[in-house]
Amino acid sequence: MRRTQWMKIIAIAVLFSAGAIFFQGANAQQQEPKHPSVPADGKEMVVQLCDGETSTKVKGVRPDERLTPEQAQSVSNELMRMWMDKVDPAKAAAWMKEQSAAQSPQSQTQAPARKPSGSKSEAAAKTAGSAEQANDFTGRDFSIWKRELEREIKYGDEIFHSDKLIGSANGIACAMCHPNAANTHPETYPKFQVQLRRVALLRDMINWCIEQPARGKRLEPDDPKMRALEAYIMSQRKGAPMEFGKH
Amino acid sequence: MLPLKWEKRRQEYLREREEWFNELMEAGRTMAGRRKFLKMAASAAAAAAAGAFAPQSFQLVDVVDAAGPTPGPAASAAQPFTFAYISDSHLYEKTLNERFVRHLERAVADINALDPQPDFALYGGDLAQLGQPGELKLGAEILKQVKAPLKMMVGEHDWFLDMGDLWKELFGAPQYSFDHKGVHFITLMSVNEKDFWTKAGLTPMQRMQIVAGLDDGRQSRFEVGEEGREWLKRDLAKVTKTTPVVVFSHSPLYKYYRDWNFWTDDAELVQALLRPFNSVTVVHGHTHQVLSNRIGPIHFHGMLSTAWPWPYAPSGLPKLTVPMNRSDPFNQTDGMGDGTINVNQSGYADKEYNLWNRNPMTVSEKYLSSNGALDRPAKTTLPTY
Repeated sequence: MRRTQWMKIIAIAVLFSAGAIFFQGANAQQQEPKHPSVPADGKEMVVQLCDGETSTKVKGVRPDERLTPEQAQSVSNELMRMWMDKVDPAKAAAWMKEQSAAQSPQSQTQAPARKPSGSKSEAAAKTAGSAEQANDFTGRDFSIWKRELEREIKYGDEIFHSDKLIGSANGIACAMCHPNAANTHPETYPKFQVQLRRVALLRDMINWCIEQPARGKRLEPDDPKMRALEAYIMSQRKGAPMEFGKH
Repeated sequence: MLPLKWEKRRQEYLREREEWFNELMEAGRTMAGRRKFLKMAASAAAAAAAGAFAPQSFQLVDVVDAAGPTPGPAASAAQPFTFAYISDSHLYEKTLNERFVRHLERAVADINALDPQPDFALYGGDLAQLGQPGELKLGAEILKQVKAPLKMMVGEHDWFLDMGDLWKELFGAPQYSFDHKGVHFITLMSVNEKDFWTKAGLTPMQRMQIVAGLDDGRQSRFEVGEEGREWLKRDLAKVTKTTPVVVFSHSPLYKYYRDWNFWTDDAELVQALLRPFNSVTVVHGHTHQVLSNRIGPIHFHGMLSTAWPWPYAPSGLPKLTVPMNRSDPFNQTDGMGDGTINVNQSGYADKEYNLWNRNPMTVSEKYLSSNGALDRPAKTTLPTY
C-alpha cells in the first residue's frame, strides 16, 4: 500500500472517532477528561486517541483553537504511530490488516508506513500472516453474543409468523407471503420507491406490509418488534451479497 | 391496446410517479442548478405516460399464442375442450378478512364471464385458511355462483382442523374419478400427513396452524399414502393405456422444495402408477405460482392462488418452469389469478394463466412435449431475488 493511501485510512479512522477525541481545556467549568500520558496545562491543546490513553500535545495551538486539516492530519498520524508502538504487536498488525483490507482488497499484502525497523510494530507485521491472532474475546463472549442474537432472531421469527403479534386486523401474517422471509430481499435496501416518495429502508417496507396487507398499525423504527423483525429477516438472507438500490 | 383490467393499475402507478416528478419540479424552482436535470426527469415521465416505455414494475409479459391442437403420441379419442380453475383462496370469515373474499368473487366472475363457457370448473383446494366451519361454508356459498359444473378438490387448509369431516359433508368424497370427452379425470387426496400431533399432544387447532405454516418444520410431508395409491391403482386398472389421463392433486406430485412442503413424499410411487399411460397431465394447487414440469410422459401444471402469490423456492425449481414476475408489493392482487386449461386431442393441455395484473401467460403442450425447445413463454423481467 502506498504511503498516501495509508494516511488517508488513518485520517478516516481519526475523523470517525472524533467523538472520542477530547479537546482539553476549552471550558474549565466542564468535567475535564483525564489524560494519563500527557497532563493538560491549559496552554496547549491536548488530543487523546479513542483508546482513552494515548494523548499528544499540539505545539503552538491553544486549547480553544481549531486545527487546520493539515494540523489535524499530522496529529492523527502522530497518535496512531504512538498507539502502534504501544499495543500488542499482533493486535496492531491485525488492525492494520483489517484496515487495509477494508480500504483496498488488492493491496493488503503491502506493509503500511510505520516506524523504522526494530520497533514493536515491525515485529507485528511479521506475525500478521500467522493463523493465530491475539484478541480479548473468550468462549464466553462468543456464547453470549450467539445466545443474545438468537434470542432476538427467535422473537422476530415469532412475530413474523403471527398475525396477532404483528397486530394484523385481518389474520394476515408476514410468513403467509414470505415463507422463511423469502422475497423480502433486505440486501436491496436502501432504494428509492416512488410509492413511498423517498428512499426506502427495510423497515419502511415492513411497515408498508403491516399497514397494507395486514391492516395493522405501523411500528416505530426503534420498536422492539421492528428490531426483532429486522434481525429475523436478515438472518434468513445470510450470505446474500449487498445490492442496495436493486429493483 | 392494453386490457382494461391492469391498464387501470398501470395508470395509477404512472400518475403517482408523475405526481412525484411534479413535486420535484416544484422544489426545483428555487434551485436553478437542478432545473435542467428535473426537466429531463419530467420528460422521462411524460415519455412513460405516452407509452414510450413501460415502467419497470409493470413490465409486461408478451402473450404467446397457444399452439393449436397437435396429435398425441398415439391416437386418442379425446375431443378438444376447455375447463377453468380457481384455487387457493384461503378464506377467513368475511368480518375478519373481506379482501380474500373479494378475490374469490373476482375469480368466480372471471370464470362466469368466459365465452364460450368451460365444460366444467375445478376448485383446486385450500378454500379455507384454518378449516373453520365459517370459512368453508362461506366458500361453498360463493362457489355456488359458478355457472359451470364444479369439481372440488381438498387442500391441507381445509382438512387438518377436523380431518376433513366438514369438507366431506359439504363437497363429498375427496378422492374420485370421472370421464369427460374421452379423457379420464382423477381427483387425488394428496395432502395426507403422517401423525405428528398425537404424540405431541396437540389440539386440532394447533395441528391446523402448524400445517397452515408453510415453513413450519414441525409437520410431516404431504403424501397420497398407501391407501390412496391402492385406490389409484384400482381406478387406473379400468383405463386403457391410450386414454389420456388428467390428475388433479393439491400437492405438486413431485419433489420441488421439501422445507415448504412443495413436495409429495411418495411422488415416485404415484408417478410409477401413471407412467404406463401415453398421456398424463397433473394439475396441482398449493404452490401459488406459475409452475411447469415434465417427468417422462407426465406434464405438470401449477395453479395460481386468489389469495397471495408465493415466491419461488430457493432451490429445486423445475427447469421447464418459466417463472412469472416477482409480484409487486404495492399492487395487492399481483401474482394472483385463475385460469383455463385447454385439453387437446392428444389429451395434453395448453395451460393459460390468467394473471390479474399482467398479460396472460400460456404454457403449451408443445412447449412441454418439446422439452422447452418450442413455444417457450416469454422470460420474466423481474425474477425472484
